[in-house]
Amino acid sequence: MIGALLSRDIRLATRAGGSAALALAFFAAVATLVPLGVGVDLRLLLRVAAGVLWVAAVLAALLSLDRLFQADFEDGSLDLIALSPLSLETVAAAKIAAHWLTTGLPLTLLSPVLGVMFGLPPGAIGVLTLSLAIGTPAVSALGAIGAALTMSIRRGGLILPLLVLPLLAPAVIFGAGAVQAALDGLSSGALLFLAAFAVATTLLSPFAAGAAVRLNLAG
Amino acid sequence: MFAFANPKRFMDASSAVLPWLVAATVLALGAGVVLGFLAPPDYQQGDTVKIMFLHVPAAWTAMMAYGLLAATSLVSLVWRHPLSDVAAKAAAPLGAVFTLLGLITGSLWGRPMWGAYWVWDARLTSFLLLLFIYLGYIALWNAIEDETRAARAAAILALLGAVNLPVIEFSVDWWNTLHQGESIFRAGGPRISGVFLWPLALSGVGYTLLFFTLWTIRIRTEILERRARSLLLGGAE
Repeated sequence: MIGALLSRDIRLATRAGGSAALALAFFAAVATLVPLGVGVDLRLLLRVAAGVLWVAAVLAALLSLDRLFQADFEDGSLDLIALSPLSLETVAAAKIAAHWLTTGLPLTLLSPVLGVMFGLPPGAIGVLTLSLAIGTPAVSALGAIGAALTMSIRRGGLILPLLVLPLLAPAVIFGAGAVQAALDGLSSGALLFLAAFAVATTLLSPFAAGAAVRLNLAG
Repeated sequence: MFAFANPKRFMDASSAVLPWLVAATVLALGAGVVLGFLAPPDYQQGDTVKIMFLHVPAAWTAMMAYGLLAATSLVSLVWRHPLSDVAAKAAAPLGAVFTLLGLITGSLWGRPMWGAYWVWDARLTSFLLLLFIYLGYIALWNAIEDETRAARAAAILALLGAVNLPVIEFSVDWWNTLHQGESIFRAGGPRISGVFLWPLALSGVGYTLLFFTLWTIRIRTEILERRARSLLLGGAE
């Protein structure tokens, strides 16, 4: 059943009108706009690359989050899913996994290309890709809580970033910090902190998101 | 504690306590401000040290407010007391204002001392994030029309923030720091002279009392508002 839900969500995100490709395009467009704004000095771009790419990846992932539960809530399929033997926590976990597979993972895979365009050396690109691979599950997980809390709000997409972005600060700090340390040739524990943050949020958030779905369905 | 969860009992008790609370607030805050004004200039910071008497208690109160917000949210999720919903809702804007006050007084102090109104320091940044968390909480509460649903959603968010705040604090600490460390509540006693400690302590007590006074007033207002609304709805039927 979990598999059915997972494959349904992945298909919805990847087929026509889905959000997966749009998130990737948004990520690339933001990353293109930054050099146009700050100038094309490669030394400067090298310093800001990790931060810009991390922020752009978080924003791109947030873009598709507001519909995570809302679409199913509005057309009634969430009521049917809630009637199934699956607990709402499991449903939330499946939705988080599907969201990560359709946005976090593609963003991670695209990031080395953008890293090259920002002039990052190969070692730093490796760290950047690794940090996104570790950190984007936390974005999907914390974002899913925000999506579940705001699913009954018509303009939920406007409130969601305000709820979720402050909570995601550690992911950006550790993720971009790991790349900066690699650039400076320092060893740092940032990747380990990022992994700890991602594991904790990914494990805990299905419960918070499940509770949020439950209270919105109860009303 | 649960005896006062009854709104009627809370209204009776708070109306008896409120005048004393107001008087104590005026006394402590007044004494703190006067003593702070009379305090001698610091040998390094000069007269700007007096900003500390407004800044530090604001930051304390802002964090205490979040603690109370999280605690009342937990109570409202677990025991579903309507009064704790009201208490959490009433605490959030107060906490946001104290956070903003802490940020503004801090930046006014930072300009002469650090040479900039704002630096991307760990303490400042995590406090700014605290402000955003407060604003997100208030926004979520306002966006959901149904009262009990809004209360529960906001409570989940408040607890999420409570779990995440130490992580945020810790992550930004690790990232960059300029703000001075703890100098009051530390092993071996305060590392601050008595002429500054007294006004600071009084002003800290004053701010705390001010928070509780305003909180009580806001809870009472909210209860009265809900009563008025239900009376109106009752009349409409």
